Amino acid sequence: MKRTALAALLSHWRYHPLQLVTLVLGLALATALWSGVQAINAEARASYDRAAQAVGGTRPVITGESGGITRDQYVSLRRAGWQVTPLIEGWIDGGQGRIRLIGIDPLTAPTDMTGGTTVAEGFDLTAFLSGSGQILTSPATANRITSTDLPPVVTVEDLGPGLALTDIGTAQRLLEAPGRIDRLIVRDTQPLTRTPLSEIAPDLELSASGGTADLARLTDSFHLNLTAFGLLSFAVGLFIVHGAIGLAFEQRRALFRTLRALGVPANSLTGLMIMELVMLALLSGLLGVILGYAIAAALIPDVAATLRGLYGVPVEGALSLRPVWWAAGIGISILGALAAAAGVIWKVARLPVLAPARPRAWAMATGSTILYQAAGAALLAIIAVLMGMFGTGLIAGFTMLGALLIAAALLLPAILSLILSLAARFAQGPIAEWFWADTRQQIPGLSLALMALLLALATNIGVGTMVSSFRLTFTGWLDQRLASELYVTARDEAEAAELIEWLRPRTDAILPIWNVDGQVAGAPAEIFGVADHTTYRDNWPLLSSLPDVWDRVADGTGILINEQLARREDLSPGDSLAMPDGWEPTISGVYSDYGNPLAQVLISVEELTMRFPDVERLNFGLRLPPDQVDPLTEALVTEFGLPEENTIDQISIKRFSLEVFDRTFLVSGALNVLTLAVAGFAILTSLLTLASMRLPQLAPAWALGMTRAQLAGLELIRALALALLTALLAIPVGLLLAWVLLAVINVEAFGWRLPMHLFPANWLVLALLALLAAGLAGLWPSIRLSRLQPATLLKVFSHER
Amino acid sequence: MSVRAWITILMLAASAGSAGAQGFADLGSEADGFAIPQRGVPFEFPRDHGAHPDYRIEWWYVTATLTGEDGRDYGVQWTLFRSALAPAETNDWNSPQIWMGHAGLTTPEEHFVAERLARGGIGQAGVTAQPFSAWIDEWVLQGPTLSNVNMRAQGTDFSYDLTLSTDRPFVPQGDRGYSVKSREGQASYYYSQPFYEVTGTLSLPDGPIRVSGNAWLDREWSSQPLSENQTGWDWFSLAFDDGARLMGFLLRERDGASFSSATWITADGTPTPYPDGAFQARPLTTAEVAGRDIPVRWQVTLPDRDLDVTVSALNPQSWMDTSFAYWEGPVRFEGSHAGRGYLEMTGYE
Repeated sequence: MKRTALAALLSHWRYHPLQLVTLVLGLALATALWSGVQAINAEARASYDRAAQAVGGTRPVITGESGGITRDQYVSLRRAGWQVTPLIEGWIDGGQGRIRLIGIDPLTAPTDMTGGTTVAEGFDLTAFLSGSGQILTSPATANRITSTDLPPVVTVEDLGPGLALTDIGTAQRLLEAPGRIDRLIVRDTQPLTRTPLSEIAPDLELSASGGTADLARLTDSFHLNLTAFGLLSFAVGLFIVHGAIGLAFEQRRALFRTLRALGVPANSLTGLMIMELVMLALLSGLLGVILGYAIAAALIPDVAATLRGLYGVPVEGALSLRPVWWAAGIGISILGALAAAAGVIWKVARLPVLAPARPRAWAMATGSTILYQAAGAALLAIIAVLMGMFGTGLIAGFTMLGALLIAAALLLPAILSLILSLAARFAQGPIAEWFWADTRQQIPGLSLALMALLLALATNIGVGTMVSSFRLTFTGWLDQRLASELYVTARDEAEAAELIEWLRPRTDAILPIWNVDGQVAGAPAEIFGVADHTTYRDNWPLLSSLPDVWDRVADGTGILINEQLARREDLSPGDSLAMPDGWEPTISGVYSDYGNPLAQVLISVEELTMRFPDVERLNFGLRLPPDQVDPLTEALVTEFGLPEENTIDQISIKRFSLEVFDRTFLVSGALNVLTLAVAGFAILTSLLTLASMRLPQLAPAWALGMTRAQLAGLELIRALALALLTALLAIPVGLLLAWVLLAVINVEAFGWRLPMHLFPANWLVLALLALLAAGLAGLWPSIRLSRLQPATLLKVFSHER
Repeated sequence: MSVRAWITILMLAASAGSAGAQGFADLGSEADGFAIPQRGVPFEFPRDHGAHPDYRIEWWYVTATLTGEDGRDYGVQWTLFRSALAPAETNDWNSPQIWMGHAGLTTPEEHFVAERLARGGIGQAGVTAQPFSAWIDEWVLQGPTLSNVNMRAQGTDFSYDLTLSTDRPFVPQGDRGYSVKSREGQASYYYSQPFYEVTGTLSLPDGPIRVSGNAWLDREWSSQPLSENQTGWDWFSLAFDDGARLMGFLLRERDGASFSSATWITADGTPTPYPDGAFQARPLTTAEVAGRDIPVRWQVTLPDRDLDVTVSALNPQSWMDTSFAYWEGPVRFEGSHAGRGYLEMTGYE
């Protein structure tokens, strides 16, 4: 009995293959976008973990007060029972960009710092430990090492991306830091007794490690952005599923009644419906995961580039397949399908045995539904405002964003309905009046699809506005910040001195760009020294400052901090800030510093060299007439003998920075297009659904003398009109979204606020895109209508209604 | 396989039987550049108590058979291995000398193990002859001379602190310290101090225990002591109730044959070496230890001394679960003679 009933239920799909395709494709798309984004996030996080593992993971660390630890201190600790292992970190030139070099002592390092490193062929322990050295990297990183000045590279599979692992002795040599140990990693197991650290080396400090957390916190906002996108796409996909399942329910009312009349209990019928749904969801989920994998694989190189460029976080540009990911994808597909079908299943369970068999005007919704939706929208809007006023943190920001978007979507039918009734009031002639009234009557049926379109368009406008505003600000900021025409780096201090002498007659000014890393306000910060020069006075992008800000910096009483630090610690000009060596200068200004995840402090170069005598004095910015840049660059290489890679001109840096920037938001762009495509598909399915049900409404119009071609034309115009109206409404929603992104999310995520710029040309393009999507979606039902057999229309009158 | 495992393998542990393995602990490989032991070179103390970096491998190996104030038997092991990647030493991280420490503590029910690794050149591990000090991390074997030393080591769940002293001489093994290890002539320098008196404290999870007893030191260095077809060894050190000592070992070969060697040491420290074949050891009972069958009861005979005893492990599960694993633990024996000793078995798969 059950099998027969299930066969009867399933036969529906055989007669309505398009509905099946819609359902499966909708669910698959939703799953694909969601799981694709999850895959990207998981891959990136796994990369962070691997990277963190190589430097000791989450184990506690011991650091020195002034940064370094001596070999003797290390040995004293070991000889006092401390199971610690030394680590040195730095950057080397791999020939094609910098590689993060990590020097370890493999004899004392925990196994996970060097592995499960699978040792490949060519690994020679003697060479690694005591010979000329060997460097271990992942195969992808190995491809980026072309420099011949480095020890032989051996590839190992499990090493984090962008990392080179080598023996501490080799690392000290390559980093030109003989004897240096950056920190000691405290191993998980320690022996019974240890002499307290304070008795062995009082100036060393034991602290909990940031480990993975640092990288994760740094990139949280980025991943949250992606997750939000994935969630949005999933929601849009569920609109499609909801539509398809609703339609299948209405069309099978007769079947349900027959089955119930034949003795199938309501419970069994409900169970069978769920079983059917789960089967379809499994199929769609599988398809979706495969699709999602394809999406993720296509996007991850850009994500990797973004994370490298924007945050300096290495992520492998390749995707690995994780079983948990398959399970999650299929799981979310089933959950999504059940959520979308919950209403329908509820109805089936309560269906009276002798329910009327004819499809109730499924699409019909009463005015009260629209009112409920509007009330829901108002509630959500209140939540959004409350979040904006009282919430803090990224989660609050995104909650606010979500509430605003859903509120806008829920309000859409009410507003459209209002506009259409106004239009009907001003309509001339019976056809126009019928057109507007009929359009309005269709709003409930199309509302889900239109909401999806609204969300997609608003997201597009919002994200587009944010990205374009950011880019405009960023470009302007680059112009200010990169005032020097040429940047040079000497190879050592002796060369730096020669370089200054050599450059002095050839340039207008030589500006030192020297910095040290230190802890400021409890977090890592960069401390830069700047010369007292008009270059800074004229160009530096100050957001707020005390009077005579540059004089204060020059005489050593004042410092400048970046916006990130100011926002994080709630500092403003006039406050004082504790610097690493106990110095407490006054903050005399705050400047914008886009793209930098770290806190930054600017002090006068005299203060820097006095307070941090060990600072590396190798980098300089050069001021000179723009037409002298190329000749001087060439002379630096040919006459002075500086390697070419040690000079970079302003134009190249700007181009590189903008490239990084553009790549960063390529992913957003791709996801935007995908959500729009999903919304277009939602419109198509809704229109197709409505087309088959609307015959009773169209037949009288046809009987009154309208041709099928006229009716089809009107159908198409209706789709376009609704899309246009939705697009117009999406603009204010999108701008609101942009504002939240720029003024709330960005501040929370990155620590900077961006001015908002408007780009009406983009809106036009989007509106056209929306029309195109709606036009394409409306074309098919219209063409079908224009080719409809007159007999079919006639039957409407002879049938039961 | 991790880098760390590689290190250990390169250092000591090429498990017998695996393809291309050259005998247990890689001792069978060629000498390339390392010094080779020569017959007839007398020891020079205290210099030879220190390290010999020109040789590939060397160890300071102490085993102690102890009795607690609770009347129970205990065993303690303290070992420092030196293994050189090249016959040289530097004063920095580039040192080719690798050090490994093993500590063991055996009770009738439990067996505690700890392991340490270090490289030479930086002071984390090493040996000086005068005053004597051998150390790796906080583990030490040190005193004014090697005849009077303090021995300490600890793991996560145990520690010991023992005083070892003796007035008797160091005893050369084999031919005046030239100990032949195979019919092909591979050999090592080898001397022992089998007469230490021991007092001290063991720290166990249940609390500290005062102990006393005897200890035995083995010093050995070489560059190629194992023959290529030798897969492992069974090494016995037995202390007789009358004060005499016996060192005997069996080097097992791939074809089932073995090469044996032994030294009878009288209570005043006079050694009598025995050539291949004189000393015999035959497994009587095996136990499943760490997933393999290991003989834990042996019949040991040395007919020339009318010795025929049954040697039994105090704790059959005396498994040294270190980077290269082996069995090492205290034993008791009875039969023609009685007493206590230590047994080491390597190369069991």
